[in-house]
Amino acid sequence: MAFKGKVLICQGTSGVSGGAHIVSEALKQKLHESGLSDRYEIKRVGDRGLFRDVLIDIISPNGYRWTYERVSVEDVDEIVESHLIRGEPVKRLLAGDDYRMFFEGQLRWVLKNCGEIDPEDIEDYISVGGYEALRKALHEMTPEDVINEIAASGLRGRGGAGFPTGVKWRICRGYEAPTRYVICNADEGDPGAFMDRSVLEGDPHSVIEGLIIAGYAIGASKGFIYCRAEYPLAIRRLKIALQQARDKGFIGKDILGSGFSFDIVLKEGAGAFVCGEETALIASIEGRRGMPRARPPFPAEKGLWGMPTVINNVETLANVPRIIVNGAGWFSSVGTDGSKGTKVFALAGKVKNTGLVEVPMGVTLRQLVFGPGGGMARKGYAFKAVQIGGPSGGCLPEELLDTPIDYESLTQAGAIMGSGGLIVLDEGTCMVDVAKFFLSFTVAESCGKCIPCRVGLVRLYEVLDRITKGEGVEGDIEFLELLGSAIRETALCGLGKTAPNPVLTTVRYFRGEYEAHIKDRRCPAGVCVPLLRFEVDEGKCIKCGRCARVCPVGAIAWERGSFPIIDRSKCIKCRACIIECPEHAIN
Amino acid sequence: MVKEAFDIDALIERHGRERSSLIPLLQEIQSELGYVPKEAIKAVARELDIFEVEVYEVLTFYAQFRLTPRGKHVIKVCLGTACHVMGGQDIFNYVSQVLGVSAGETTKDGTFTLERVACLGCCGMAPVVAIDDQVHGRQTISKVEKLLREHAANDVGKGEHVTKDAK
Repeated sequence: MAFKGKVLICQGTSGVSGGAHIVSEALKQKLHESGLSDRYEIKRVGDRGLFRDVLIDIISPNGYRWTYERVSVEDVDEIVESHLIRGEPVKRLLAGDDYRMFFEGQLRWVLKNCGEIDPEDIEDYISVGGYEALRKALHEMTPEDVINEIAASGLRGRGGAGFPTGVKWRICRGYEAPTRYVICNADEGDPGAFMDRSVLEGDPHSVIEGLIIAGYAIGASKGFIYCRAEYPLAIRRLKIALQQARDKGFIGKDILGSGFSFDIVLKEGAGAFVCGEETALIASIEGRRGMPRARPPFPAEKGLWGMPTVINNVETLANVPRIIVNGAGWFSSVGTDGSKGTKVFALAGKVKNTGLVEVPMGVTLRQLVFGPGGGMARKGYAFKAVQIGGPSGGCLPEELLDTPIDYESLTQAGAIMGSGGLIVLDEGTCMVDVAKFFLSFTVAESCGKCIPCRVGLVRLYEVLDRITKGEGVEGDIEFLELLGSAIRETALCGLGKTAPNPVLTTVRYFRGEYEAHIKDRRCPAGVCVPLLRFEVDEGKCIKCGRCARVCPVGAIAWERGSFPIIDRSKCIKCRACIIECPEHAIN
Repeated sequence: MVKEAFDIDALIERHGRERSSLIPLLQEIQSELGYVPKEAIKAVARELDIFEVEVYEVLTFYAQFRLTPRGKHVIKVCLGTACHVMGGQDIFNYVSQVLGVSAGETTKDGTFTLERVACLGCCGMAPVVAIDDQVHGRQTISKVEKLLREHAANDVGKGEHVTKDAK
């Protein structure tokens, strides 16, 4: 029998929002009409990491592969007729240099299957070696062997703090208890991070397999996956995957005849950022408010319902099966001294290519932003900073772009690895506003249990708010530094301890911008509305009229060849004109 | 007595009476009714043998839960980091101004509920707006205006509506 060709359609949240399921239906119908249904099979795959709306791969029966990007339903006929029937690929839709650049220099271990296999079909996962690691662990390794292998690999937690995974497992197993639990933390709350969502949507079985192996290693009877409710597609695919794994006997009693029994329960989070903190997450699973408690005792000693509990993040667990199959030496051959393996980053913001990038630990920020990221998105707007680590992280300026990405180097620079959110900022971003943004987030998400976080963050926010309104006073910057350091040292949990980081790093690296707001009553980036005058700088204006076209309330009058005139009485200060202006001529 | 709009017995049957069933119970009630009514708080407290205030504290702690009914269409404007730097706040302000409601409120005619969310995890398509859980990426004020008009005019159903990114 001849091999069938394949048409892969990316259908994660990104693909679906671009209309992937409609394109998929249209393709199916067109293949059928053209009598090609038995020569090409349509396959649903997860998102590959690059946001290109609908991405389609055509793999010919003899194994050649073409990638089409931004495919819309109108393009389907042409692709089938030209490419599949006449053998002439549709050049205008083929993925271009950006696409190639995005994937070059990546080392895709965790994301290997994302965009390649059908996340709703366990057979597809098995066909690429899935559940081999589980078989190997259960049949050829003792739980201690598994722990030793993971410890030797140097794998550290990918959720933020970077605690060595093998050590965590060993500590947990060391406590005598009637039972133990293992939890997959899929409460990806960091605004700016979306790798866990993509892995759960694109390759859920790798996480489930990692969780079962973790359960075996620590001697747990039950595992939990705590997933954000904001990820409906991930939850749906996890449910399907769990059911399939159960049907196949990978979850349940006496797994693969090993005598080891293990069940997994899916828990939906209810929208609380603090639940990413492990003791808060435990409280939430127990049905209470998600409030952290003081540690020690750490969950590895006293966790869920008082039992020793290991909590690992999605990306950490997805690494586990690969380490078991390929060995600790394979994993630790990549990375730096203290940080082994790869890390997935969620590249977003004002960069050309946005999406998930997986690179070896130790590459520099510059390599990331100007390699796969493709550099800055907007002409005329230069690089300003990169925000790494979400609300717990910091903003690093251009001088630090050559910082290698590993746990220690980032911490030293004042940021953290965090879960790997990486937002690129350009000249059109106000750093005071960014700091205020993160504070407004942590203020809203503070659980209110400890005073430094509950009260201190509000005080920080108030000062930042005043500064962005042009009401800053002498001494504000020093106050921010003093209070920020105090909160960092005294808050109860990770949320509070790291919440001042965005403020402290922006003060440290962009002090001049704070001073411009306070002393000159000016927002250099043109973001802080109360400091804007909405005036056209006729020295810069090129009379292109784009501002008038984007104004939603018709407040800008413009005629060809003349300067635009802004009618203040109509203006709603939405900044659409400022964002649109190619010359930074409105301020 | 007015019949309750939810079947507490069936819910308990599915989720059990453990304390850890509290959040799943409330989630299911909300997914059926769009919010958690007072009667549900009473019923759940009774069945789990906990105080009503314990149900209430959980309801008000988590951002997901609503104590009031929502509009026909729920607009979530993402204000995550990527969306923020790409102009998400401007979009939120605009929608809020046009609809005359602030975060968490519903328009008087019951058509729209406006919500701000911390991150929808679609940062590569920032700024993002989700209407009835359908995600729309790379929004601008004029695109959002169009979305609002379409949803106000036709009763656009779940999942049928898809925008294309401007190329």
